[in-house]
Amino acid sequence: MTSPEPAPSGPPAGQPLVAVPVRHYGRWVSGALVLAALTWLVLAFARADIDYGTTGEFFTAENVIRGAGRTLLVSVLAQAIGIALGVLFAVMRLSRNPVTSSVAWAYIWLFRGTPVLVQLLIWYNLALVFPTIAGQPTSDLMTPFLAALLGLGINEGAYMAEIVRAGIGSVDEGQTEAAQALGMTRAQTLRRVVLPQAMRVIIPPTGNEFINMLKTSSLAYTIQYGELLLSAVAVYTNNLQVIELLFTVSLWYLVLTSVFSIGQYYLERRFSRGAARQPEQTPIGRLVSNLRGRPRL
Amino acid sequence: MTTPMVLAEGVHKSFGRLDVLKGIDLQVARGEVMCLLGPSGSGKSTFLRCINHLEKVTAGRLSVDGQLVGYRQKGERLYELKERETAQARADIGMVFQRFNLFPHMTALGNVMEAPMRVRGQRRDQADAWARTLLARVGLDDKASAYPAQLSGGQQQRVAIARALAMEPKLMLFDEPTSALDPELVGEVLEVMRALADDGMTMVVVTHEMGFARDVADRVVFMDAGVVVETGPPAQVIDDPQHPRTRAFLNRVS
Repeated sequence: MTSPEPAPSGPPAGQPLVAVPVRHYGRWVSGALVLAALTWLVLAFARADIDYGTTGEFFTAENVIRGAGRTLLVSVLAQAIGIALGVLFAVMRLSRNPVTSSVAWAYIWLFRGTPVLVQLLIWYNLALVFPTIAGQPTSDLMTPFLAALLGLGINEGAYMAEIVRAGIGSVDEGQTEAAQALGMTRAQTLRRVVLPQAMRVIIPPTGNEFINMLKTSSLAYTIQYGELLLSAVAVYTNNLQVIELLFTVSLWYLVLTSVFSIGQYYLERRFSRGAARQPEQTPIGRLVSNLRGRPRL
Repeated sequence: MTTPMVLAEGVHKSFGRLDVLKGIDLQVARGEVMCLLGPSGSGKSTFLRCINHLEKVTAGRLSVDGQLVGYRQKGERLYELKERETAQARADIGMVFQRFNLFPHMTALGNVMEAPMRVRGQRRDQADAWARTLLARVGLDDKASAYPAQLSGGQQQRVAIARALAMEPKLMLFDEPTSALDPELVGEVLEVMRALADDGMTMVVVTHEMGFARDVADRVVFMDAGVVVETGPPAQVIDDPQHPRTRAFLNRVS
């Protein structure tokens, strides 16, 4: 038997014992290295031959703002089409009718399996194979805007269909049974019971999809749609300040994606109703209650 | 003779090769409370789910209030009802589930109002007043604006009962309504069910609560392996079982 270690002697009476946390020297070293690398990068760009004044100046140029507006317009509309098609094809995919579900499967397979840039070019060049649609010349009908809208929206629908399907699948089967036991039809059950609950699963990836859409819409520049990137290209082909203008549009994309990331936060919060006992405070709500000195829950 | 509320004649149900119900013959009279007892896997929940066509009967006839469940008979053939017709039939049959299955995105009040508004076409103010009456009846008028996640299991199950009652059903089905509850919450739910039975509601209850079956049931049915083994008043089946399988089961649970 070993003799028990003598108990460490306590601090002098009246003084509390001090607990010393572990020191993380490694963190200081790695932090310093990262900061050094970052500084080098920033300095490199600061000293490079870039006229940042031009970047700022064109940020508020009329045609750049108009381009940003078009980017926003086509993204919102294409995403709306994508969501509508996504819900439609997700429900079709879950249908018991084999024809319906196979068609939905084929749609998803086709539009997810080919690059969206190729799809945009096909829509834009549709006049080559269908010279007229309903008596109208296709080239008049298929404007760059419409081609971009169809290309982006229909492509998005394929991704949204999978997201919606996963959302519907996440809802407990007991919910459907309870609704049916109450005499609700399948359509009522879907609309009133299943989809609202599926939303909690659907919204976060949909927010990501929309933020992707804001950026992917830049591909529409290849089919002459006057969105943000094309507006910058139009400027730099004249003044040759390529990087400056590309920085301008990058700033614009950052502004757009940041704004919608904040919107997504509040949307997710709204659809998590009933999931938690206490809704989490919003950052702004937290700030307000901290300023008022109320204790946080 | 009045038509029984539930009439089962040779009801079979199989899932693929698995025979769950092997010929059930049962009658539930109007105003009767019938408790279904039996080991898990004996088919009692499946039989209950057949009554409102959540499961399709494989063979045999099952009717509620004189109407075939889920089918219409023309000559020698049974034709499956359209979805809307099945839904209408279900609207008159209340069901309470083991896991409550409240709609988590609606308040207690919203849960109770939903079916009267969507299925019966009640106006919002009507449905609101009616739902508050029912929540008061299950003792939860102060929880109208609470979401299910904010309620205890017993409270959730009472809301679920109010939700089923909102459709003014002629028959109530209970599928192990207290099995998912903490022991101290079982009493409040049984109390609500007892009051319902006293009001003359026709009830079919799948349960493991022997005390409830003994006190409230008019008739007890013991099922095992997809057949009815024994049926009779609770004093007979629970306290003086005739069949060895019933005796073995009761010895294990009590």
